[in-house]
Amino acid sequence: MTEFILIIIGTVLVNNLVLTRFLGLCPFVGATTSIESAFGMSAATTFVLTLASALAWMVNTWLLQPFGLEYLRLICFILVIAATVQFTEIFIRSTQPMLHQMLGIFLPLITTNCAVLGVALLITQEQQSFIEAIVYGLGGGLGFALVIILFAALRERLQAADVPLPFRGSAIALVTAGFMALAFMGFAGLAGS
Amino acid sequence: MSLLSNSRAPHQHSQRNVAQMMRDVLLATFPVSTILCWTYGWGVLLNILFAASCCWLLEAAALKIRGRRLQPWLTDGSAPLTGVLLALALPPLTPWWLIAIASLFAIVFAKHLYGGLGYNLFNPAMAGYAVLLISFPAYMAWWPELSARSNINDTLHYFLYGTAAADALSGATPLDAIQTGLKQMQTLPELLANGTLETAGNAQWVWINLAAIAGGLFLLMRRTITWQIPAGVILGLALSASIAWIGDAAVNPSPWLQLVSGGTMIGVFFIATDPVSSASSPQGKLIYGAGIGALTYVIRTWGAYPDGFAFAVLLMNLAVPLIDRYTRPKLYGQVQ
Repeated sequence: MTEFILIIIGTVLVNNLVLTRFLGLCPFVGATTSIESAFGMSAATTFVLTLASALAWMVNTWLLQPFGLEYLRLICFILVIAATVQFTEIFIRSTQPMLHQMLGIFLPLITTNCAVLGVALLITQEQQSFIEAIVYGLGGGLGFALVIILFAALRERLQAADVPLPFRGSAIALVTAGFMALAFMGFAGLAGS
Repeated sequence: MSLLSNSRAPHQHSQRNVAQMMRDVLLATFPVSTILCWTYGWGVLLNILFAASCCWLLEAAALKIRGRRLQPWLTDGSAPLTGVLLALALPPLTPWWLIAIASLFAIVFAKHLYGGLGYNLFNPAMAGYAVLLISFPAYMAWWPELSARSNINDTLHYFLYGTAAADALSGATPLDAIQTGLKQMQTLPELLANGTLETAGNAQWVWINLAAIAGGLFLLMRRTITWQIPAGVILGLALSASIAWIGDAAVNPSPWLQLVSGGTMIGVFFIATDPVSSASSPQGKLIYGAGIGALTYVIRTWGAYPDGFAFAVLLMNLAVPLIDRYTRPKLYGQVQ
């Protein structure tokens, strides 16, 4: 149990996907213009991340490694992730059409979200067990969710700020992301690493 | 509450403005600055003066570049105050270029890129300090030995060149001493008994914190700050510390030790209460404060840095828009 808690703390706070590994910056900037879309995006991404980690682990351990096909890892993972995202999209479109419309292009773009592929590859690198892989994926997703929801709220506040003209929009958003990463550095050493 | 609020016009103006508020806070830092100078020597005074003027000049430059009027922002004291708070967080001996870098990040990056006074998302002083903590950890961890309070020449030499005189001894703050001691499998009663905490200036830090409390009470009396944030931080830190301390007093510092070691009280009354980057509603302020207290405890206990106050403040600054969103006071007549 302790190791699972450590994995969660490690992936959410210490090695946050967005702020320390710089993965998934595209939806981090693109889908955070309002809190509602950030909530939807983070829920969808967390779901995809967890599911894709489990599937990637299975594909890697039961299919690629026994047959010595590790060189096909990248292409297989992309296939697995694309299928998962497609499944999620169909699910959201039929259950929550409003959310589907709000997320728009960003939903299918989860396929190209490097955070998802990154987590799948990190899992195979670190040789974890099946449950650990799922927890790792979930932690990565929760960390992503935490950061983009906080970021969306900050950006809503920024809309009222008197930001100098050259820094409006993405520029000040990225400066803010830098300060967020600075704050998250405080968690260094927390998960015993 | 309903008796006090919503009284009818005419209202009398409270005659308070930003400049007066900043002056109050500057005045309130006087006792703690004095005691810090008295304990650690001239370096503290040098830091405060240099940081304040650095911040003031950068504020002027930023306003100039942005094509804004220089008044009233140059005389309201907000920039020098940022400098003073930054200097209070720094070790007593800090080379001048580190202070200049921290001021640059505090005034230009954390404040003026966001639109200047009133718009900054992050506490400027803590943003500048955190940059130094991460980029120059060795300088930030170097505290002079208390007994070897350096004379003004050595202090100036270090300030200008960043190298210590040959016979300078490095000491530790109580928090450093606790962290190192616990890593070496010593227990807290042992650390107290063998005088490790004593040489680290435990007694002096109690006085420094008491001076900060005195300043804080002055601010509370003047109603420059409200009680919610300090109370929240103290409760958050003391509660987390108490739980661990009751569990195992050998390896967990007592709540009292947590509250009076490091610049905790400086942070509680002067830094966490920054009106711009903190939460605005009364409940929001309590949550914000408690979050800072709890995160400070977490980072001090399990993190890599001996004191986590700066990071805790920045982390809670991140959460402020969300806290404000969910603790919005009910409008009069709103039904829910």
